[in-house]
Amino acid sequence: MVKVDVKDLSIWFGAIAALKNVSLQVKANEILSIIGPSNSGKTTFLRMLNRLNDLNPNFRIEGEVVFDGSDIRKQDIEVLRKNIGMVFALPLPLPLSILDNVAYGVRMHGMKNKKQIAQKVEDSLKQSYLWEEVKDRLDESAFKLSGGQQQRLCIARTLAVEPQVILFDEPCSGLDPISTAKVEDAMVELKEKYTLILVTNNVKQAARVGDRTAFFLNGELVELDNTDKIFTAPKDKRTDGYIRGKFG
Amino acid sequence: MRNPQRTEKIAFFFLLLSTLLIVVPVGLVVVIIIQKGLPAINWQFLSDMPRQGMRAGGIFPAIIGTLYLVSGAIVFALPIGLLAAIYLSEYARDNLLTRIIKLAIINLAGVPSVVYGLFGLALFVVFFKFGVSILSGSLTLGIMILPIIITSSREALESVPQTFREVSLSLGASKWQTIRYIVLPNAIPGILTGTILGLGRAAGETAPILFTVAAFYLPRLPGSIFDQVMALPYHLYVISTQVPNVDEKTRYGTAFVLLALVLTMNLAAIVIRYRFRKKKKW
Repeated sequence: MVKVDVKDLSIWFGAIAALKNVSLQVKANEILSIIGPSNSGKTTFLRMLNRLNDLNPNFRIEGEVVFDGSDIRKQDIEVLRKNIGMVFALPLPLPLSILDNVAYGVRMHGMKNKKQIAQKVEDSLKQSYLWEEVKDRLDESAFKLSGGQQQRLCIARTLAVEPQVILFDEPCSGLDPISTAKVEDAMVELKEKYTLILVTNNVKQAARVGDRTAFFLNGELVELDNTDKIFTAPKDKRTDGYIRGKFG
Repeated sequence: MRNPQRTEKIAFFFLLLSTLLIVVPVGLVVVIIIQKGLPAINWQFLSDMPRQGMRAGGIFPAIIGTLYLVSGAIVFALPIGLLAAIYLSEYARDNLLTRIIKLAIINLAGVPSVVYGLFGLALFVVFFKFGVSILSGSLTLGIMILPIIITSSREALESVPQTFREVSLSLGASKWQTIRYIVLPNAIPGILTGTILGLGRAAGETAPILFTVAAFYLPRLPGSIFDQVMALPYHLYVISTQVPNVDEKTRYGTAFVLLALVLTMNLAAIVIRYRFRKKKKW
């Protein structure tokens, strides 16, 4: 089943083209990894999906992005962002307590019942494998957590609003290997219920968790295939060069 | 011959001299006013009406008047200033017009206060027919401190990291929810600091209230916002230059009370800023 259908997508910031004629489909309950060197348009692609690029006044878009049966630009932006959640590159807790961080989204969407909120927070933290570590100190500032814990908190915060698609923008770039492994475990677990799109600079991470992998270069989609195929027998020699570490 | 070490010593000397030239006069002003004014301070001086043509008695109506005016100014200036700052920093597009508006607001902070006084006289006292009253004076002071409040609030809002806004929006919060629950709570200490500094200025100014509210002498307290009041800075001017044979102690006592009021406000601003810095989490 196709979850997100991107057709002939091009994006400009002012006069600079960030993405050129990208077409791809994201399947439901898969992890799609996107790899590529800096400035290849990976993050732009990701931020386009929940319309964070719209914050930039120079942003211009052409093409079609179908999610839930209609183009994302025709949908209510708050509902779209609730349905397509985002986990950022650096752990970005809000300056609130652990509990309030996770509860923030559902509160904004109108949940008021304290018991309901507490249950939601517990469920979300369990899904991101953080509950056991923080259950006794939910009222502490989120900034007291370690980097890896903060990132799992951010995942829980995104999960709490019950998205259908979760975007991960280099979620492990600031984390040590053990924390990275925990975040990756969480991601693999999550694809049972959600569709995941992972932008990563770490080629090995893409190989470890991605069902399919897309290779972006200079704003173009070079190749998209099953992960084992991309890493064993890529069709394009630029893909081959990148995963072997010859450039980028 | 050039000797770098000697050049440096001479430069140091002038830098130090310049610093002392600033610090010493300010210190002297404070010390002299405390020295000469403190003996006049007692309960009667603070709580009594002026007597014998303001040569004796207390300065209670002037203290009350200044407090009324400052409160009136804040009631008027804080909501308008804050809303304008929110609009400018969160909603307005960055174009030539908004840049001109921002520049104009900064420049308004430098307009001489007597000009605000005349403006208040023309607009509030005459045109709106509020008369010479607390209302006119408060509005005039409010307009005078609006640029300070807008500029400091805008800086406070803009110092909240953009990433917080993105996180909030990415969770499906609306723009207003993001401002209300993320941006504003983190900007409040900066907004308060600017507001208090603005109030300190409003409390000390004479020119804006001269034509709009200040009474030379009133034997009773104001009954409504359409009454005139006495105010500390104007009272100080009156007893120092307009009334002969006022005891020096009384004059310095009045100056001391005014100075204490303004310094207390500034101190409050510093304390708020300091406590916030210690709590700051990003």
